[in-house]
Amino acid sequence: MLVAGKDLRIERRSRVALQQIVPFGGIVVLVFAFALDSDRTLLSRAAPGLFWAAVLLAMILAIGRSFAVEEANRARDGLRLSGLDGGAIFLGKAAAVAAELLVLEVVVGIAVVVMYDVTLRGALVLVCAGIAATVGLAATGTVYGVLAGGLRARETLVPLLVLPAVMPVMLGATRSFQAALDGAPGDAWPWVQLLVAFAVLIVAAGTVAFGPLLEEA
Amino acid sequence: MTARTWKRLFLAATLVALGATAVFALWVTPPREEQGFEAVRLLYLHVPCAWVAYLAFGITAFASLLWLVPRTRSATWDLLAGASAEVGVVFTGLMLVVGSLWARPTWGTWWEWDARLTTTAILFFLYLGYLALRRTGATAAERGKRCAIAALIAFADVPIVHFSVTWWQTLHQQGTVFNPQLDVKIDGSMAFTLVLAVAAFTMLYGYLVLERFELAQLEEGREERELQHAIAERVRAERSEQVVPA
Repeated sequence: MLVAGKDLRIERRSRVALQQIVPFGGIVVLVFAFALDSDRTLLSRAAPGLFWAAVLLAMILAIGRSFAVEEANRARDGLRLSGLDGGAIFLGKAAAVAAELLVLEVVVGIAVVVMYDVTLRGALVLVCAGIAATVGLAATGTVYGVLAGGLRARETLVPLLVLPAVMPVMLGATRSFQAALDGAPGDAWPWVQLLVAFAVLIVAAGTVAFGPLLEEA
Repeated sequence: MTARTWKRLFLAATLVALGATAVFALWVTPPREEQGFEAVRLLYLHVPCAWVAYLAFGITAFASLLWLVPRTRSATWDLLAGASAEVGVVFTGLMLVVGSLWARPTWGTWWEWDARLTTTAILFFLYLGYLALRRTGATAAERGKRCAIAALIAFADVPIVHFSVTWWQTLHQQGTVFNPQLDVKIDGSMAFTLVLAVAAFTMLYGYLVLERFELAQLEEGREERELQHAIAERVRAERSEQVVPA
């Protein structure tokens, strides 16, 4: 909690996520519209996938930011010396990233609804799937963020590591959103379960692995 | 006999096995109508590649695990994991390319969003990322832990990816265009050739990993020697400095 508070406080003061990452998510929404030639039916049909693709791309930036904060002034050493448990630091950093992602998802979601002409349905599924997917994404990103921490090519390495690993989340989130918007929320629940299972597994793995990794880097 | 001679013998045996596989695959086995006529011969390349790729990633995960357990930790396991992953990525790439070449005449398309294909493609990128992580120029000790954990996460991710992709296909594209049944009434010579090919490729895998592993050891050793050299130089310089004022 302390670590999450710290990261969110930095964010509140610097507003990098708000002023750079969220607008980035917005511009990706526009890019997809150009790529698909503003075909309304196509856009509204592909909306769930495009939404999550935009979130995924913006997430890469959020992860980069979350660990750039630790690189500056050797703050990472400060974290290590703080006496906090490695698992707790992991949970804190992941929670901060998740909070930023949720804000991003709301903004990008509004943009998608307005621009791609989507009718929102199945709110319960959307919220559950959204939260489970966000936790999975934030946790995976945080694990790989520290894995690549302090290395030379960190900025380019993280996307390569994270994107293939979160493909199940991308699939599950897209499919459950699709089912909800199609008015068949029953089809979405297996996917939501997959998202929850993924999130639980990666959070557990991260909690165990984070301490040693932070020590090393 | 020295280790080097053994290695040469092993290489010779591997080459003989590969040659025999080529002869069988190209001339002895019959073409198959339902597997794309002559294109079926590509399977003698495709199947062993797939086997070697999975074997290689399995060994990478196993070696990484051994590295992480304090009692069995040694640089050997780290280097073995890296060597095996490298060979595995090459064979995964080869498997995808050969499979694609085979699919075009047989299924009429280069690529199909089938669960196995999609999983393999993601697997390929997962381990490309792993190799990239290995190459970031950290010291051996730093690299060991990061890479071992990354390898285990990647290895654990593969079943989840496969599961989700399978689900995706069964839920949303009922009855894909094709259903590759490699075990259709297989001809005797075909089965033999497949077994031979798998054996030959496993030997090739063993040889390549051995070579790569020795090379990695030499690379590590070079850094060590350079360090020793630098220390010796420094000591000598300091001694001569001490001598001058006296």
